[in-house]
Amino acid sequence: MMIEVLFVLIVTALAASLLGVFLVLRGMAMVTDAISHTILLGIVIAFFITNDIRSPWLIIGASLVGLATVYIIELVSKTELIRQDAAIGFVFTALFAIAIMLVSKYAGNVHLDMDVVLMGEVIFAPFNRIDILGFSIPNALWQLSIILLINIIFVTLFYKELKVTSFDPKFAYIAGFSVAFIHYALMTLVSVTAVAAFDAVGSILVINFFVAPALTAYLMVKRLGAMIGLTLVFAVLNSVAGYCISFYFDLSVAGTTAFVALITFMIVFLFNSKGFISSRIQKMQQKKAFSRAMILMLMSEQSHQSLTREEIMSHFNLSTRQFNRHIDHLLINEYMEKDEERYMLTRRGEEFTHYTRLKYELPA
Amino acid sequence: METLITIKDLNVAYQEKPALWHVNMSIPVNSRTAIVGPNGAGKSTLIKSIMTLIKPISGKIDIDGKDARHALKRIAYVPQKGEVNWDFPATVLDVVLMGRYVHKGWFKRTNRQDADIALSALKTMKMETFRNRQISELSGGQRQRVFLARAIAQDADIYIMDEPLQGIDITTEKLIIDVMKSLQQEGKTFIVVHHQLDTVEEYFDYAVILNKTVIAEGSVEAIWNESNIKQAYYETSGAHE
Repeated sequence: MMIEVLFVLIVTALAASLLGVFLVLRGMAMVTDAISHTILLGIVIAFFITNDIRSPWLIIGASLVGLATVYIIELVSKTELIRQDAAIGFVFTALFAIAIMLVSKYAGNVHLDMDVVLMGEVIFAPFNRIDILGFSIPNALWQLSIILLINIIFVTLFYKELKVTSFDPKFAYIAGFSVAFIHYALMTLVSVTAVAAFDAVGSILVINFFVAPALTAYLMVKRLGAMIGLTLVFAVLNSVAGYCISFYFDLSVAGTTAFVALITFMIVFLFNSKGFISSRIQKMQQKKAFSRAMILMLMSEQSHQSLTREEIMSHFNLSTRQFNRHIDHLLINEYMEKDEERYMLTRRGEEFTHYTRLKYELPA
Repeated sequence: METLITIKDLNVAYQEKPALWHVNMSIPVNSRTAIVGPNGAGKSTLIKSIMTLIKPISGKIDIDGKDARHALKRIAYVPQKGEVNWDFPATVLDVVLMGRYVHKGWFKRTNRQDADIALSALKTMKMETFRNRQISELSGGQRQRVFLARAIAQDADIYIMDEPLQGIDITTEKLIIDVMKSLQQEGKTFIVVHHQLDTVEEYFDYAVILNKTVIAEGSVEAIWNESNIKQAYYETSGAHE
């Protein structure tokens, strides 16, 4: 039965992160965060009307409020009176607050537990079961699998449209694609997915399931197809690792998975070939190489053909340590030679400065 | 000259500030038209209105006698480099292939033939060796070439370009002008927002001098003179009177 928890977690992560690819590319991560909170209002209102916690109207209500959230945010930021980040923060907390007020007033005695809404509890998923073709499976797994399937169909069918509207919406419009349709279709699916993911991972952490795998993949790829594939790999990887760690240490499954996602992201951010550390190292090496080239270039000028240690140090403002490092390197590689206390270029050094001039298009 | 685009009494405003005021003009078919004017003259607003990206307060824009909205697919738009996210996970070829989307409509994918067309467009822009490069790795001039290659792959007959020569190297500038002139031979029309006054005569054959309203319009020979330029750049335009 516990393995079913893992399945729910994986399917949630796949369904959310697949859409997350496009949310990241469109800079809509925070809008998604807003949706994942405000859909509670739709759930609460639909629940009051139907009085049935399993009614499909809950999903419809939630989606409508999700779309309304996007629309209101756009409306408010279009006035240019306040900026989009402020509009998001203000609209989503306002709608979320209404939902909380309604829950606290009327739903105190029914099963709409605020802790579960906020934090989610995926380990409860197997208790609520449904019979499909004679098999008893968790309701959440059934629901999320259908939503995953819908999301896959959506992305496959509209791959080209999603790509072009995300990259260059004006061009997409002129090319005859409805940018607004794709936008609202995507937002509808985000709302539906967020509702279904509610039980499993809660409204606070669901944003992590949407964007973390996509952000990690984004650091590593150069094509959209690869980004989608890698995003799904990270979604599964984070879920499996999060599940195992949470059971070993007896922690919240969703919380641990979200934390693992952060760790995966940090590892890729720091160590990937285009990542933070390697680009720092590369920059340092470039800087060193450039300093050495500048020393050689100076010595190739008519009036500076032989220089003393002090002259080089003061000209480039070098410390003794820096000077020794550079000069050792240049002597060992025979770009320059030392005669008594003066340094001068070797033939190799002269050739090097010649090519450097060409490379940087400097006058000879 | 035969007219391709006719604009009648176009008025556009952002909030209460007029961006374009009583614009009446026409653009001849198969021309290389420069849209010239000082900052804030409404040059970008004008081309965006032609592409119906902006809703005007009033006015009528026809392309070949039909409302511009019904002729959008004939337009290849070359935006300013800053308008898209260059960190998008796409290669040079991916972006150029987007030009083919116009002919695909919804759902249909691009095929081998589209890839060939995209590659030959890249060759025209001398970018074929960069086809698998990620777009974030390109220089400003290379980015502009990719955009123009996308327009060529689209095989449209009207090219609208927003300051394509801004911030690019001289080789790319010459290439863009050469390509523009040779495509004109094939019957294409170019509408280019242009910011260098000294090259108008060399690069274009038709010009619209704009400062909120049309200061002068006609063949470059006829209207490109000091008094018109002065009026657009140094004197208040009719919009404020």
